[in-house]
Order: sequence, then structure tokens, then C-alpha cells
Amino acid sequence: MALKGHLRDFSLAQLLNLVNLAHKTGELQVSSGKKRAGLFFRDGRLIDANLNHGSDGNLLTLLQKGGKLSEEQAQTIRSHVVGQSDKELGLVLINAGFVSQSDVLQTIRKHLLDVVYTLFTWEDGDFSFEASANPSDGKILASISLDGIIMEGSRRVQEWEWLQAALPSLDVTLRFTEKPGASLQDIKLSVEEWRVISFINPRNTIRQISRYNNMTDFQIRKIVSQLMEKGLVEAVGTPAGQPAKQVERAPVLKVPQIKPPPVRKGVILRLIDRIRGL
Amino acid sequence: MQTVKMVITGPFSAGKTEFIRAISEIVVVSTDRRISDTTAAVKDETTVAMDFGRITVDDDLVLYLFGTPGQKRFDFMWEILSEGMLGFIVIVDSTRSDTFHEALQILHTFQGYANTPFVIVANKQDMPDAWPPEDLRLALGLDNGVKILPCVSTDRESVKTVLLELLYSILESYE
Repeated sequence: MALKGHLRDFSLAQLLNLVNLAHKTGELQVSSGKKRAGLFFRDGRLIDANLNHGSDGNLLTLLQKGGKLSEEQAQTIRSHVVGQSDKELGLVLINAGFVSQSDVLQTIRKHLLDVVYTLFTWEDGDFSFEASANPSDGKILASISLDGIIMEGSRRVQEWEWLQAALPSLDVTLRFTEKPGASLQDIKLSVEEWRVISFINPRNTIRQISRYNNMTDFQIRKIVSQLMEKGLVEAVGTPAGQPAKQVERAPVLKVPQIKPPPVRKGVILRLIDRIRGL
Repeated sequence: MQTVKMVITGPFSAGKTEFIRAISEIVVVSTDRRISDTTAAVKDETTVAMDFGRITVDDDLVLYLFGTPGQKRFDFMWEILSEGMLGFIVIVDSTRSDTFHEALQILHTFQGYANTPFVIVANKQDMPDAWPPEDLRLALGLDNGVKILPCVSTDRESVKTVLLELLYSILESYE
């Protein structure tokens, strides 16, 4: 008989603790509204995970999302490979030199962790644990200890609560602050922050930006909060569908004139010789 | 090893990425993003961070070319990129007169960052509706002392000429 219950009574961290300590094998299914998730365990370790019965993507999609394959490569492969399992597909891609075995394993591992950490943000939902259930044939499995997941997941729950308080709605747009508070030269942006920044537009809500970038609610809230903390952006209440407003140019920064670096004339002559010879 | 840099700037879609690509000896690190979602209210593909090119002179000297993000919302990056530059190049799409005013604003912004030599590039001269450099000078209201050079940024020789002209201007600044 399956173990069943509600997340209000048993949190995900408690369920994972149980699976971990009892070295259980089987599938934990969680549903919350229209959302579904499945986590598979073997001897108390996470081996597979999916959201909405795998609609979060097959191996090809995951490799593309993870930047291991370009969009063009993925399209080409997709048109030639039909009906193959992830295992078969992985072998084809490795043998053809598109990706390495390490790329595949890292991508799968990241996907599993993304799913399970997303699950930590579900506050409400039903769960059932089916002992001895296995992932479908042809899936590429990982083997991840639950110790770290439980600790990191619990930390993220706290962070999630803080992020929700800091950014209550994703259905608002962002704009660049006209007077950034911090010294701009001290700001370092991550690639993910750049990805979000590139889509900031009066017509794009935060939710749309996260969708374009395949980011979870947690990821987008975290990035936007960081950008807000750095004083680069602020949320505005314009909902999607409102007429677009012209993005106003930020006022030109008034900075003292910088002297050119002391470079010897000989350096310029060497540069001229080199470019002439190109 | 001494490294020196030049900054390639200009309005959105002026041809900065092609310019660096035409001359750089390494693959340009371009962070173009393509968006397939038709509902996206954004451009299909654009440089979201910066382009980067390199020309090795010898074992002791390397020239780096930094392309600025073209979209206005990234202009807070310009100041950072301009630090320590030998000179800068403002690329203008000669076929798009609606961007000329913006090009002029960009020029003034960079002049404010550093008192270094610069040249203006009248790009896309291979297009039938391109404004000739002298017409562009009139449109931008620049005096004859400012170099406005014809260019096709996909053509290596054309790009070489622009870089050399900027270096000649830098050389003159020593006198």
C-alpha cells in the first residue's frame, strides 16, 4: 500500500529524510493543482525526476537549455532522430561528438536537482510514495545523495519565503533605475543576470522573461532581487498587454575625463605595422 | 606582455559585431541571443553583453577590440569599457538616418569619458541608399577636423583602413 498524505502535514524535507534514512526504493509523486512531479529513488538516493510527466523536456531539450547544444544543432538532430529513448539518443550524441559523456551526466544531474528544488517551493499539494516503482526504460539515471538536497532545499525554502516577500508578483514589468545607487564600476553581473537584463522592456513582465529564459520562479525571483539590490532595476506595476511605452534613455553619466594610458609612441608604430601586414 | 585596447561603439545594429569579426584573429565572443517566441516584444537577436576581438602584434604586445552593446539600455557598460582605451570608433549605419542623432549622442558620451582620438565610420557603403561620408558629416554637424571614413564592416581591407586611420590620429596626438 502506498504512503499517501499532504504536504501541509509532511513537508518535502521530511519525506526525503524518510526515504534517505530508510534507504527506500520507489517513486514519490507530488501533485499541486495542475502541477505534477515524480521523484524516483533507489536505495535512498535520487535517480530520476520529472515535472508534469516529463513535459519539462527530453535529453535533447535539456542539453539545449544547458547550452551544450545550439538551437541549430538541436533542430538538426531532432529532425533526424525520432522515437529514440534518452539512453539511445545520448549514445548517438556522444558517438557523433556533439557532447561528451560528462556533458550528458552533468545535464541530467542539474535537471534532477532543478526539479527537486522546484518541488521544495510547492507549499500545498498531495503526495504518494509507491515502493519499488522504477523510472521508464531508456531513461538515463543519476545517483544523488539526499543529504545535500535536504539541506540545500531547506535553505531554499527560507530563501523562497524571503524572495516572495521581496517580490510578491511576477506579473509586473521592470525598468532600469534612473539613478543607480551603487558605484557602477563595482557591479559585476553574472551570465544569468545578463540574460534577464537583455529582456527588460516595458512590455515584458517578469514572468514572461522567466519563460523566455527557461527559468523557474525561484531562479527569476532570485536574479531580479539581486538586480534590485544592486540598484540597477526596479519593478513597475504595468501589466502585460498595456500599450508599450518608449524606453527612455538613461541620463548620460557625468564622469571626470579619463586620461589615456601612458603608451609609448613606439607601441603605436608597432600596431600600425602589424595592421598594415594583416 | 602589454595589452592595449580600442572601443568600437555605435547605435544598435550599426555593424559593430561584423567590424570586429572581420579583423579579429580569434573567434569573437559575442553574446547574441535569439528569441523564437513570437509574442516577445524584443528584437530577434542582439548583442546582450559585448563583443571581443584580439590582434596579436608580437610576444609583448596585444591589441584588444571591445564592441559595446548597441542597445541604449546597456549604456551603463560604456564607461567601464572605455577605461584605458587608446581611442574609439563610432560606427554609423549610413543607410539609417534615424540613428544619426543617437550616434552623435554616443560620440559625445565617449568624448566625455576620455579625451582620446576617435574616428567616425560611415558603414554599409555597399548599400545603394547609403549616405556618403560628407553628407553624413553635414547631418552630424561635425567639422572637417573629424575623420569620417567610408566602410563596409564585413570587408577586412575596409576595416584595416579604419583601424589604421585611428592609429594615425593617435600618432598625431603625440605631436
